[in-house]
Amino acid sequence: MREITLSQAVNEALAEEMRRDPTTFIIGEDVAEAGTPFKILSGLVEEFGTGRVVDTPIGEPGFMGLAVGAAMTGTRPIVDLMFGDFIFLIMDQLCNQAAKTHYMSGGKLTAPLVLRTNLGATRRSGAQHSQSLHALVAHIPGLKVAMPSSAYEAKGLLKTAIRDNNPVVIFEDKLMYQDKAEVPEEEYLIPFGVANVKRAGSDITLVGTSSMVQVAEKAAEILAAEGISAEVIDPRTIVPLDMDTINESVRKTSRCIVIDEGHQSFGVTSEIAARIMEQSFYHLDGPVIRMGAMDVPIPFSPALEDITVPTPEGVAANARKLMAGEMFNG
Amino acid sequence: MSDAKTNTEEYLRMYSQMVRIRTFEDNANQLYLSAKMPGLTHMYSGQEAVAVGICEALKKTDKITSTHRGHGHCVAKGANFKEMFCELLGKEEGYCRGKGGSMHIADQSNGNLGANAIVGGSMGIATGSAFTAKMLGKDDVTVCFFGDGATAQGILYEVMNMAALWNLPVIYACENNGYSEYTKTAEIAAGSITARAEAFGIEAFTVDGQDVLAVNELTEKLVARSRKGEGPFFIELMTYRYHGHHVGDINREYYRSKDEEKLWKTERDPITKFATWLTKEGIASDADLAAITAEISADAAAAVEYALAAKYPDISEVDQHVFVA
Ligand SMILES: Cc1ncc(C[n+]2csc(CCOP(=O)(O)OP(=O)(O)O)c2C)c(N)n1
Ligand SMILES: [Mg+2]
Repeated sequence: MREITLSQAVNEALAEEMRRDPTTFIIGEDVAEAGTPFKILSGLVEEFGTGRVVDTPIGEPGFMGLAVGAAMTGTRPIVDLMFGDFIFLIMDQLCNQAAKTHYMSGGKLTAPLVLRTNLGATRRSGAQHSQSLHALVAHIPGLKVAMPSSAYEAKGLLKTAIRDNNPVVIFEDKLMYQDKAEVPEEEYLIPFGVANVKRAGSDITLVGTSSMVQVAEKAAEILAAEGISAEVIDPRTIVPLDMDTINESVRKTSRCIVIDEGHQSFGVTSEIAARIMEQSFYHLDGPVIRMGAMDVPIPFSPALEDITVPTPEGVAANARKLMAGEMFNG
Repeated sequence: MSDAKTNTEEYLRMYSQMVRIRTFEDNANQLYLSAKMPGLTHMYSGQEAVAVGICEALKKTDKITSTHRGHGHCVAKGANFKEMFCELLGKEEGYCRGKGGSMHIADQSNGNLGANAIVGGSMGIATGSAFTAKMLGKDDVTVCFFGDGATAQGILYEVMNMAALWNLPVIYACENNGYSEYTKTAEIAAGSITARAEAFGIEAFTVDGQDVLAVNELTEKLVARSRKGEGPFFIELMTYRYHGHHVGDINREYYRSKDEEKLWKTERDPITKFATWLTKEGIASDADLAAITAEISADAAAAVEYALAAKYPDISEVDQHVFVA
């Protein structure tokens, strides 16, 4: 099968959906001629024109709010937020407006929009361009949250997001834009709320999101060489979250580590671990271990930045402890 | 050129501060091109007269807030090369112990409250700093540097409203370099930028940002008036960035022509213009100016060498400074 980059996969998904549905449009900073700083959208303005690939001034709350209003009145905006860190600027429009419109109107109004943004540290971008803030969004009822782990997922999930009638936020890992994966030529969609078992195993379950799926897979390789069989699960969307697949795996392996690049405290790993504890407690042979980014602003210095995020070696080390029945304290 | 500073020492200091910024940036760019610098950085080259003209009108305890394109502001407000290069390379001896990097350099000792990677992110901070001065009865003035692109952020209008209502000693300095990222200012700013400030009753000025004396003269006046409680003020400084949006933005003809770049660099360069004036007025000879430049180059080379060899922070520092000890 052909291989394309995550960036190309996103570009293809947008082009296909924009051809299919004339009410879709892209809006954000430097999305047209420049095709974003990551060059993800190159070529789209040539095909769809500046009326549907709309460059905005640097006013995130403004264009996010505009997108909410546009979505409520018959279009399907696809908002490009250059860095996930800027989500703090648009929180009111996203969380007070878009997320609640359908509910508050008793089901009468909808806001079918997609917010595409990114996450991920270790790009030496400093504390305001390196955060993984998906947990904040996942906390708010009314927002769906997708976390593609490869080019294949990025395309299939984005197409589903654009057709969804709810506000959907997609976090792409900015370090993965040039990573290639097999992506079929034929059209496909990936449904929300269906986890993917990336690797089968029997001793321990590793649940990873976004690029942490790769970290989990690499850890599984390390462990395999030591005779430990790890199962790797990619939930693909954290809202909705496919607990059935995760529970099934954990009940089989009886051990689990959850890995996510958001800060560890009050985050996605905590949520998934808590649900496993509630739903599969009597099947567990050890505590569910959370591995997230350290609870520090992401430091610039490479010497510090690299130790703030989970690594395959770190996951493997925790897996060994779990297998050995060692205690985890704090 | 207009006249602001009146003695040779001050003129030469302005000149050397501009050369220091240019030299710092040339070295930073080299560090990037030779893959010795982590991440990306935004060059201030071309805009030197703005930072220097303004900061030379400030005293040490006056405050500034800076932007992603902040090296120039940092140097102009009195920072040293060594700590700056160490910061750019993520080293322990950097101004922020390597935790900030290019986009977050702050130099508290000289009143630089920090660069900011959020466009418009420092507008509230600058206004709050002016609020402090007023509340505590200090005569400190705060200058808020930001770009033309940042005028699209709503917070500017929220804080200008308050600053005007409360007569805060803050000067909003909009560096209009014609572009926000890969987009021309005309495509992102409707109407007049200064008129927006005027709508709040704030006196607004437009000045040639390539003329260090003009910038300095205007700022001296506005700073003096701000100290007397006549602020806030707004200045739009017309200027140009020589490099791409960041050091990696190399193929940029799709949004900015080479001819345009050449015009600014050859005919409107703030350092060359000022050098010509200095020699014409008999304040310095070409040889004097060349000596200044040579000394600064040597300083920068030594600082770069030092920073490259300097150590990274110990990993135990990673969770220090999350909270105040
Ligand atoms: C809130 C926010 N939005 C977008 C960006 C990305 N960005 C960084 S610099 C920049 C352009 C800023 O233009 P301007 O204010 O004119 O400053 P200049 O780069 O020209 O100095 C943009 C869009 C950002 N850092 N922060
Ligand atoms: Mg600009």
